[in-house]
Amino acid sequence: MLLNQFLLLAAALFCIGVYGVLVRRSAMLVLMSIELILNAVNINLVAFGALTDDVGGSVFALFTIAVAAAEVGIGLAIVLLMYRNRRSIDLAQVDLLKG
Amino acid sequence: MDFLNDWGLTLVTFLPLAGALVMMAIPKEEEKVLKQAALLTSLATLAAGIWLLVEFDYDRAGSLQYVVDKNWIEVIGSGYTLGLDGMSLPLLALTVLVMPLVFIYSWDHIPSPGNAKAFLALMLILETGMIGTFVAQDLILFFVFFEVVLLPMFFMIAVWGGEDRRYASLKFFLYTMFGSALMLLGFLALFFLSKDPVTGELLRTFDMRVLTDAAGAGIVRSSQLLIFGGMFLGFGVKVPLFPFHTWLPDAHTQAPTQGSVILAAVLLKLGTYGFIRIAIPMLPEAAEAWAPWIGLFAVIGIIYGALGCLAQTDMKRLIAFSSVAHMGFVMLGIATLTDFGINAAIFGMVAHGLITGMLFFIAGSVKERYHTLEIKRLGGMLLQAPRLGWILGFTSMASLGLPGLAGFWGEFPAILAAYQPANGIPEETFRGYMVVAAIGTVLAAGYLLWLLQRTAMGEPSEEFANDPHITDVNRFEWIAWSPILFLIVLFGVAPGLIFDVTDPAVVESLNNCLQLPDGCEGVAAATTAMFGG
Amino acid sequence: MLSLFALESVSEVSTVVQDANWFLEHAWIIPLLPAISFVLILFFGKRLPKKGAEIGITAVAVSFLLAVVTGWAWLDHRDNVVFDGGHSESVVVDDGHGSDDGYGTDDGHSGDATADEEHAIVVDDGTTNGDDRVSLAVAAAETGGKTEAHPYVAVQQTTQWFQSGGVEFGAGILVDGLSVMMLFVVTLISLLVHIYSTDYVGGDRRYTHFFAFLSLFTASMLFFVLSDNILQMIVGWELVGVCSFALIGHWWEEKPNSDAALKAFITNRVGDVGLLVGMITLFFAAGGGTTFDTVSINEQVVQGNVSHTALVVAAAALTAAVMSKSGQFILHTWLPDAMAGPTPVSALIHAATMVVAGIFMVARLYPVFFEGMSIGGSSINLLSTVGAVTLVGAGLLAFVQDDIKKVLAYSTVSQLGYMAMALGVGAWTAAVFHLFTHAFFKANLFLGSGSVAHAVHSFDMKKDMGGMKKYMPRTFWTFLIGSVALAGLPPLAGFWSKDEILVGTGGWGLFGGTGGNGAYTFHLSMGMIGAALTAAYMTRCMYLTFFGEWRGGHGHDDHGHDSHDAHDAHGHHGEPHESGPRILVPLYVLSGFSILVGLVNLPPGLFSGSAKSPASWQERFLHYMEPAGSSYFPAVAHGTPSWSLAIVSTAIAVLGIGMAFWYYFVRVDRLSKQTGQSLTGLPNGLTSRNRLAKAGHTLLVNKYYLDHLYTGIIAGFTKGRLARAAYWVNQNVLDRTVNVAGETAVRAGRVVYERIDQGVVDGLVNSAGRVSDSTGQELRKINSGQVQNYAALMFAGAAVLAGAFIILFAL
Repeated sequence: MLLNQFLLLAAALFCIGVYGVLVRRSAMLVLMSIELILNAVNINLVAFGALTDDVGGSVFALFTIAVAAAEVGIGLAIVLLMYRNRRSIDLAQVDLLKG
Repeated sequence: MDFLNDWGLTLVTFLPLAGALVMMAIPKEEEKVLKQAALLTSLATLAAGIWLLVEFDYDRAGSLQYVVDKNWIEVIGSGYTLGLDGMSLPLLALTVLVMPLVFIYSWDHIPSPGNAKAFLALMLILETGMIGTFVAQDLILFFVFFEVVLLPMFFMIAVWGGEDRRYASLKFFLYTMFGSALMLLGFLALFFLSKDPVTGELLRTFDMRVLTDAAGAGIVRSSQLLIFGGMFLGFGVKVPLFPFHTWLPDAHTQAPTQGSVILAAVLLKLGTYGFIRIAIPMLPEAAEAWAPWIGLFAVIGIIYGALGCLAQTDMKRLIAFSSVAHMGFVMLGIATLTDFGINAAIFGMVAHGLITGMLFFIAGSVKERYHTLEIKRLGGMLLQAPRLGWILGFTSMASLGLPGLAGFWGEFPAILAAYQPANGIPEETFRGYMVVAAIGTVLAAGYLLWLLQRTAMGEPSEEFANDPHITDVNRFEWIAWSPILFLIVLFGVAPGLIFDVTDPAVVESLNNCLQLPDGCEGVAAATTAMFGG
Repeated sequence: MLSLFALESVSEVSTVVQDANWFLEHAWIIPLLPAISFVLILFFGKRLPKKGAEIGITAVAVSFLLAVVTGWAWLDHRDNVVFDGGHSESVVVDDGHGSDDGYGTDDGHSGDATADEEHAIVVDDGTTNGDDRVSLAVAAAETGGKTEAHPYVAVQQTTQWFQSGGVEFGAGILVDGLSVMMLFVVTLISLLVHIYSTDYVGGDRRYTHFFAFLSLFTASMLFFVLSDNILQMIVGWELVGVCSFALIGHWWEEKPNSDAALKAFITNRVGDVGLLVGMITLFFAAGGGTTFDTVSINEQVVQGNVSHTALVVAAAALTAAVMSKSGQFILHTWLPDAMAGPTPVSALIHAATMVVAGIFMVARLYPVFFEGMSIGGSSINLLSTVGAVTLVGAGLLAFVQDDIKKVLAYSTVSQLGYMAMALGVGAWTAAVFHLFTHAFFKANLFLGSGSVAHAVHSFDMKKDMGGMKKYMPRTFWTFLIGSVALAGLPPLAGFWSKDEILVGTGGWGLFGGTGGNGAYTFHLSMGMIGAALTAAYMTRCMYLTFFGEWRGGHGHDDHGHDSHDAHDAHGHHGEPHESGPRILVPLYVLSGFSILVGLVNLPPGLFSGSAKSPASWQERFLHYMEPAGSSYFPAVAHGTPSWSLAIVSTAIAVLGIGMAFWYYFVRVDRLSKQTGQSLTGLPNGLTSRNRLAKAGHTLLVNKYYLDHLYTGIIAGFTKGRLARAAYWVNQNVLDRTVNVAGETAVRAGRVVYERIDQGVVDGLVNSAGRVSDSTGQELRKINSGQVQNYAALMFAGAAVLAGAFIILFAL
């Protein structure tokens, strides 16, 4: 079974995504890194679905893709707005959540 | 008549409260309207009281009349129970009579800092509390009314009082509260411990009629003694009995005239009334055990109060101390536990209410004219304000127990009763008390006449000799005082007016529990039957 | 309510009836009139033309007439009443239900029913039935010499006043010889004093008040003497006391006057302790705790139903009351001070009537004293000894007084001592007779002294009097009559009564007479000494006032404090002159009585057998007054008078007069003329030479130091140290306890608040807050606001959790 390979791929993707989310200062790149994480999850879902002969995994993956699309839509809109307001999409400057 | 039977006591009790509520709606600036409203309310209460007095069945003065019995707090078996009998009738009459006079006096005597509205309203609330206490036939209801009295009095002293008013008012309040707390404990103990004398079941009621009939049945002696002790403190503070009297001179001295008058005329009687209405009939056995001590404190109070009077330099404080002595006679009468003595005590209460109330009125008027009550600085009042001086002389004579005036019939029968207290109470001790009390009358003559001599006789002191403010008795004072003066003479000449009313009720309340001095066999038999042989 | 006691007691027939002559039944009107007069004067007096005096005089005059008529009715009743004994229930409190006519209730009818059975004891003249008790037929009494066919029957009317605790309080009148006599004395002297006062206090600023209180006093005194129960007696007793207070302090502007008034009242109150205790003891011991009725109490005592101990206590306690009211040693000190009052008051209250209230009370309750003091067959007892000491002690004091009223006041004390002594030795009639005669001559003397003072505007005999005989001859003669009567020279009033008292003592075998109730030798000798003293000090008083040269007239600005009597000064100075008719007429009347009243009780055996003096003239007073043989009077024995005693006592009085006469009229007069100095300038004579005499004099001047004891020590201590100590205890012990309790509570509260509440409980709360605060302060640094930081943390957390799960699941 090729499960382990899929999982390793997914893990790698996930780690790359996480790394991108955590260190990239550009909002666009962070957004893209999030997509990577989601895709890592999708791979896992499909892999487990195939393993157990269950379409549920594929169905969830499809759901995730749809949700990711919506998420990217909203995320891009936020980025756009951020840019409009600040003329920059540098995340280091965004600290309104500071306590 | 049905209306009166069902609603009479409620009406007379809550009418003043209603008046106070109405007064709330009147703006503060309308002083005259406020005074009229207060006076009218009290007069209406007086009218209602007189109506009750007229319709009262004097042949059945021993039993409760106009009884109202409604559920109130069912959970604890406490009811809205009111009733009037010969014991409470004179005190109710005294209250409804004195209050309008106080309001008349207030017409042009609102003490500083003014605010007639609050002052008058408080007095009306006070009236409700006092009347309620005298007609309540349920321990919780009694307690509520008993406490309702405290607050208005506290404010009257604390707001309209003299220089030291804070101290005095707080002392008054806390002292009496302290007593009340123990008293309440006593009530609760009665509630939990009393048993039906016949069936032996727990009664679990606050109904005073039932508890009086039970007469402490089913409560072991030591508990009875303790419960009585609690009540003794509660009522004793209010009386005030030596050595719990120290709040009284301060409260009296600091209180405004009206407050002093009400305090002397009615408030002190709540304590003695509690003794004869609650403590003694409900716990006869304990009363018998406590009687020598009550008598002892009473006679100490007589001598001690008189000596205290002799040492005073302030007229009002002197009168306040004389209350300690006079209430000592009342308590001596009560301590004998005889119908004769308790009759004397009730008479003494009424007489003291009238006489000492009158003395406080005079002190108030003296203060108003001379702006001082220091005896040393007064003098020659008979020359400057002859009528005021004569009234002072007359009232002093009444206060020292001159026959023919009301004071005598409270004092002499109490001394007489001490010769032969109820069965089971040491006779020799009480004969000793009798002699001491008789000596107390000498001292009473001493301090009162000395006061009279120093204030009324002689020439006016230079300080006031040409003071235009020192005028004779004015119109409002006449109106307020003449009924009191008249009653002092009336009760002195016809003491039967009170004795005939109280006697059956007192006999009734004592019959339950005590053998009369003659050792009346019927009573003994009844007692045996009651306790199941 | 018939108590058990009452049922037992009716074993003997009580000699009291309810129904009699109209005037006897309605004697209560007599005190009622002055009482009404008091109220009228009080409210309307000032508006009347005579300022209220007319009301008072009218009322008392009518009372006096009624009293005279009542007296006649009593004489008739005494001799002719047919006693049916039917009203024996009068010892029962039940009597109170009887209406005024005596027939209102069942009692009356049961009385009638028994009437026929009781006829055995009366002289049945055939006219008696229940409705006609007063027989008009001449009874056999007179013909039988001293044997009395008729018993002594008092008249009693009682109505219930009120009741309390099973005790019925009655109000009523008891009319017998004693009360009828008192009615007469009180109304007569009161009437004369009223008339006298219109002149004497005329123009006084409190003229109306004066008359109002005179009326009230008269009413109270009459109420007192008529009372048929001991409670009513207490009431009357106190009421006369307060009138005395008001009248002594009539001129209260001066402190000495109000002091005297206070002293009088308070001293009497001291005695009243005895009165209260004694009466209460009687009420329970003899009245069975159910009745105050005088007659039944007396009857119980006479029948021996009362324990001796109780009677001893009651009698001793009541003696204290007598000592204060009737000015007996050692409570007499208020009486001389009471002279601060206007003179008519002194005459009425402090000589003739109120001060004899104590004597009257003893006479009224005589069985109590007779048994309680064991008077019969004894030779000494408390009452008689108090009287004997008083009569000599006060007599001595009278010698050192310069104030004429004080001489008379001490004389009154001394004479009251005679009366108390007489009662103490069992000479009831003698005491009452002396009361009777003394009232007249002493009132006479007081009013006479007032007349003199009115003229010289002073009471000081030494400074302002002397030689008044020349200026006021009429006053002089009346005063002389009074003095002789007081000194006890025959045949004036004082002699007869004093002699009877001496007879009553039964001492020394009475020089051949027979004894009374016991051998009271000591008392007889004291009585003799007293007689000498009385005669001597009255001689001194006569000399200082009426003889020699007038020492006054040196200006009127040095009046003593008594000079108020001068307020009505006639507007011109100069020589004193005789008083007007309103003052003199009462003096004449009283002088007349002083001469004559002694004759109403001539001793038996005097001129016996003489046709001019039949036995029916003798001992009339005793016959009508003494309730001997009645159910409420003890069996007293009567001493038989002897000529020798009468002669000796008269000789002693003459001796007293003679010595004083020699000293003053001869020696002092001569000395005064030789040196040309007036009396006050003379050396003091014996008292300045002899140390013993001087000591005695000092003792007397200081009134045996009793005033120092009372005013300075006892009263001073009570209202000074003791009162202050009690008050100190109050403030520093009792009140302190309360305050300390309060303060301790406050302090404890502060400790609890500061240490426990603020320190521990609140500290915990606060530190919890503080810890979370500082933690937050630290933690907030993590909140950079950088989403990526948050995310990193989240991942870190997730990683940690993942690690933890792995480890947990692995285990």
